[in-house]
Amino acid sequence: MSFTFDFYDFTSFTQWVDVTLRGACSPFWAVLWEMVIVGVLFLAFYAVVGLYLVYAERKICAFIQNRVGPNRVGPYGFFQTIADLIKLLMKEIISIREADKLLFNLAPFIVIITSFLALAAIPFAKGLHPIDLNIGVFYVMAISSMGVVGILLAGWSSNSKYSLLGAMRSGAQIISYELSVGMSLIAICVLAGSMQLSTIVEGQRDLWFIFKGHIPAITAFIVYMIAATAETNRGPFDLAEAESELAAGFHTEYSGIKFAFFFLAEYMNMFIVASLAATIFWGGWMPLHIPGLESFNHVMDFIPPVLWYVGKTVVIILIMMWFKWTFPRLRIDQLLNLEWKFLLPISLVNILIMAFIVLMGWQIGL
Amino acid sequence: MGPQHPSTHGVLRLVLSLKGEMVQKVEPHCGYIHRGMEKMTETMTYQQIIHLTDRLDYLSAHMNNAAVCLAVEKALDIEVPERVKVIRTIMDELARIASHQLWWCSFGMDLGGLTCFFYGLRDREKILDIFEETTGSRLIQSYNCPGGLMADLDPNFQKKVKDFIKYFRKILPEYDELLSGNIIMMERAKGVGVMSKEQAISFGMTGPSGRGSGFSCDVRKHHPYHAYDRVKFNEVLRTEGDTYARYMVRLDEMRESMNIIEQLIDNIPTGDVAVKMKPIIKLPEGEYYQRVESARGEFGVYIISKGEKNPYRMKFRSPNFCNLSALDTLARGQKIADLVAIGGSLDYIIPDIDR
Repeated sequence: MSFTFDFYDFTSFTQWVDVTLRGACSPFWAVLWEMVIVGVLFLAFYAVVGLYLVYAERKICAFIQNRVGPNRVGPYGFFQTIADLIKLLMKEIISIREADKLLFNLAPFIVIITSFLALAAIPFAKGLHPIDLNIGVFYVMAISSMGVVGILLAGWSSNSKYSLLGAMRSGAQIISYELSVGMSLIAICVLAGSMQLSTIVEGQRDLWFIFKGHIPAITAFIVYMIAATAETNRGPFDLAEAESELAAGFHTEYSGIKFAFFFLAEYMNMFIVASLAATIFWGGWMPLHIPGLESFNHVMDFIPPVLWYVGKTVVIILIMMWFKWTFPRLRIDQLLNLEWKFLLPISLVNILIMAFIVLMGWQIGL
Repeated sequence: MGPQHPSTHGVLRLVLSLKGEMVQKVEPHCGYIHRGMEKMTETMTYQQIIHLTDRLDYLSAHMNNAAVCLAVEKALDIEVPERVKVIRTIMDELARIASHQLWWCSFGMDLGGLTCFFYGLRDREKILDIFEETTGSRLIQSYNCPGGLMADLDPNFQKKVKDFIKYFRKILPEYDELLSGNIIMMERAKGVGVMSKEQAISFGMTGPSGRGSGFSCDVRKHHPYHAYDRVKFNEVLRTEGDTYARYMVRLDEMRESMNIIEQLIDNIPTGDVAVKMKPIIKLPEGEYYQRVESARGEFGVYIISKGEKNPYRMKFRSPNFCNLSALDTLARGQKIADLVAIGGSLDYIIPDIDR
């Protein structure tokens, strides 16, 4: 099979890799090699994205706060987080007396692994999709809510009151907001008629879902943004690590690279949540198409899907950082009130409205 | 909580009794930076004492020094020149604005809004620059001395102060946009830590914390000193008595301070900046008390003199100590997060409590 590298469609490229491998060795080894390749690529991707999200956050918060931010290591402090990582790697890992050693050491890995697993189902571009499950949305939801186990373990095993309080808060918070995230995603699944992420993206060929589903889609998007910010433990919902009350929250007792794992996982979760929002609401890698404007659609098609995907994700990440650096923090009871009394009822009603609109065929662009 | 907790604003230890996240009881343990200031004053001359008082409440150092100077001047029956009175008033108000700016930004930080912190510091820098030019120091100005001022004003002073007021009038609405009008801030602050007027009076809560409960306690109004009897300004009062009221009182006070400065800055009288004094002052035998309005409330200096060059006994009435004593009443039945917000709204400075 000949291979032409197409920046707009990775399908031929990935199929060429698959066919070549299968031709070279037995099916078992071919699959194993594919897994190794994807794993290594993901590890690199994970590290780079994690580090540069930290860098981006520091630069953006510096911009909002009238500061310069990192500017020493490399141009514009571009290698600052790499230097930080090296420092964190060399720092002593302090073990706490009376702490549950096994769980204490296990917790950061659980947090990291769940964010890894969730990343596997994200469609980065056409054909650039590590695993295309038919229950993609469901899978990402289920996996990303596993992270709370790591946080709870971290808080529980640290043998520290602040950590325990932080972990309990975080448990209550993540589990409740998970519901709103799920409900707002289900609203779009109703509109798309599928839970498979590739189908959802294809379904936005004529128009993105946020426009297609008009009012309920916009409601779902807003609910998703709020709930997803809370679910990733970011400000103004960063109660798990509310530094003004709990010193540092669930990771108070962690040091060195283990602390960095929590940090990295937090940023990766933000990335996953943002890419999911981009995929579900803003069409993922699908260019902006407006029904009826054929020439405009054609021009949009020239921009590679990867760029569309990255652009949308970056915009959503920026919005989330903007939240964090402008709002003060909520109180735990207000946080839970917001979820159970407002977001959840709104998103439940929203699903009904969405189902009604789909049944009546009132979507725009059909 | 503490003595090294980030939101106790210094080395204050609060022993909390908790039920889940609800605060049952708060017991402040003071004394971590106790330095025996009042005892130390007994071995010092009156000119030396002012270098101790500015280290008490380092954010209203100027007012604290003024209190000692005024007490000494009262004892010696000295009338300072008009120029001194006006300059002291302007400096007091600048210090008050600077203090409230730092309070605003650290209160924002207590609520978790880190951006506030940098906005407040940015504007405070401008006042500190003005201070630095005239007094030589940025944080603790030993600019007052018994009988007048240490030195004359910097030639740029008037222009710089006017520029600052012009700038800060534009910036204050930004503070409101960022924090005061924010829905989360209102949810966090309104109805939290309510203190009635009677309770505030019985705790001796003064300054913005007392005035948030409707306790009219502004020393500048009730017992005018410096040039305060000559300027028009309002005593900012609010009756809600909650964290938000205390917050708004301080924001409005910054506006009032700017009004006071504007009334004085254009016509600072000419003349001497100090009365001729002996190098060693001996106060006549007797007891003297002078109070001033520091940025956090009524600061009082009580001197017992036996006619020596140093006081026989000296006592400071510090506003923060009384305000802190109300913390238990304010925080009972609230959440830990509220305790942080209430503590922030009381704006305590630990060295002033411990002395």
